Amino acid sequence: MAEADLFEFLTRMGDNTLILGHRVSEWCGHAPVLEEDIALANTALDLIGQTQLWLGLAAEVEGKGRTADDLAFLRDAGAFRNLLLVERPNGDFGQTLMRQFLFDAWHHAMLSALCQSADPRVAAIAEKAVKEVAYHLERSADLVIRLGDGTEESHGRMQAALDDIWPYAGEMFLADATDAAMAEAGVAPDPAALKPVWQATVGEVLSDATLTAPDTDFSHKGGRIGIHTEHLGYILAEMQFLQRAYPGAVW
Amino acid sequence: MYAQMVKTEAKRVKSREEMTPEEAAFQDRIEAGEKIEPKDWMPEGYRRTLIRQIGQHAHSEIVGQLPEGNWITRAPTLERKAILLAKVQDEAGHGLYLYSAAETLGVSRDALIAKLHDGSMKYSSIFNYPTLTWADIGAVGWLVDGAAIMNQVPLQRTSYGPYSRAMIRICKEESFHQRQGYDILIKMCLKGTPAQKAMAQDALNRFWYPSLMMFGPSDKDSVHSAQSMAWKIKINTNDELRQKFVDQTVPQAEYLGLTVPDPDLTWNEDKGGYDFTEPDWAEFYAVLAGNGPCNRERMAARVAAWEDGAWFREGLMAHARKAAKRGVAAE
Ligand SMILES: [Fe+2]
Ligand SMILES: [Fe+2]
Ligand SMILES: [Fe+2]
Repeated sequence: MAEADLFEFLTRMGDNTLILGHRVSEWCGHAPVLEEDIALANTALDLIGQTQLWLGLAAEVEGKGRTADDLAFLRDAGAFRNLLLVERPNGDFGQTLMRQFLFDAWHHAMLSALCQSADPRVAAIAEKAVKEVAYHLERSADLVIRLGDGTEESHGRMQAALDDIWPYAGEMFLADATDAAMAEAGVAPDPAALKPVWQATVGEVLSDATLTAPDTDFSHKGGRIGIHTEHLGYILAEMQFLQRAYPGAVW
Repeated sequence: MYAQMVKTEAKRVKSREEMTPEEAAFQDRIEAGEKIEPKDWMPEGYRRTLIRQIGQHAHSEIVGQLPEGNWITRAPTLERKAILLAKVQDEAGHGLYLYSAAETLGVSRDALIAKLHDGSMKYSSIFNYPTLTWADIGAVGWLVDGAAIMNQVPLQRTSYGPYSRAMIRICKEESFHQRQGYDILIKMCLKGTPAQKAMAQDALNRFWYPSLMMFGPSDKDSVHSAQSMAWKIKINTNDELRQKFVDQTVPQAEYLGLTVPDPDLTWNEDKGGYDFTEPDWAEFYAVLAGNGPCNRERMAARVAAWEDGAWFREGLMAHARKAAKRGVAAE
């Protein structure tokens, strides 16, 4: 296994948590109820903490003297490796929640598998993160069920959110040469192997929520190789502003 | 402070002779340092004043998420982002403790929020000022949380049990808040570039007087303060706290190499404290009246969050009703 493949894999993990953490943190002070303000800040905090670990290890593996902050704040969009799903705009609270749930279900399955990684550094990060993500999944699944099976309006909004985000879910299970190298070395699972677990989790929750997944396998893709939606550029413009405006300054 | 100019409805503090036996017994308990608990008898004015004070404090925590939240997505490093997220999460938690304390007095959180939204309840004037640069996030932690601590530490000894206990929990977190703010400025002033230091000076220039306003106007003649102090729901006068704040903060500014924007600031050997210029009280009253730089935006953001979230809250309640029905049917 080449170090370049490991670096690629680690940035995929860290960029997912960074960009989703950014999106979730946009809710700060604007959530529908105080308990959600707290829960969303907490989720964002977990995701940013995981970013520090994944990108920190990526920088170490790369060995070019870059830091996690350099990776987060000084790469342009084409070098980001996150799923398109996580850069989707927040929309209403239902869209934010559905994006979170579909991601959490994958994230939990992925981290659970990574706890067995042949690379002990990867396993150590996964073991810490999987506990946090188990809670994210419990929370997002519970809310999807309650809102899906709530009022006519909440049901309608959750179904619309599901229809909207569904075409971005399939990218989680696509594999390329990097994934093959990771699987071969026992560092990470074959993405396709996570699909049955994800489908079982999602299927059960959607059924309890009285929601119906769209009957399509179509999937947008490109984030994992650096071809993003128009949204990522704006996220980075905001996120990287200080580091770009004051090059070399310490904060 | 986070609760500024809380009215007590009293024209003046009652003398012992004017008190009913219940009122006198209540006052005895306060003076003996006993805690008043929700089920205990209390004067109606005490209850209503506390609701206003705790409610205003809770609203301040909630509205206070907005100026700091304004920089979470632009925090300069992952660590700063994580720290700021943790801080703002704490503030929302403070709001939750305080609404719960207010609810023990027989008012619901939703009713208090409705009064915030219709403008009949206030929040601290400080949150109507904008956070324009990253240094402002440092200044808010250092000065705003610093001023909050000044007020909240003595309130741990307040007479109302649930309020006192909420303050004890909150104070544990506030010192971290102030430290993270000051630490931002240490980095910028002592290790930063000239541009960063200028940014920090600009933040101090803009936040100094609004921070002094947080303690409210001089209250030596205010009957509201006298009654609140007799009830021990206010422990120090506004001027005492403001003086303490200035005395504590000036050396911290000096350590940073920043200049307090007050040409008349001088050490007064006799009183063992600084003489300083009072804030512009006309500006303070203008901000309270709704004419601060961000009043409209802050309220619009809170009202929009509430209204846009109505379907969410209704959805959860509808689900709970369905689940309860199913539970009954299953028995
Ligand atoms: Fe607070
Ligand atoms: Fe605060
Ligand atoms: Fe605070």
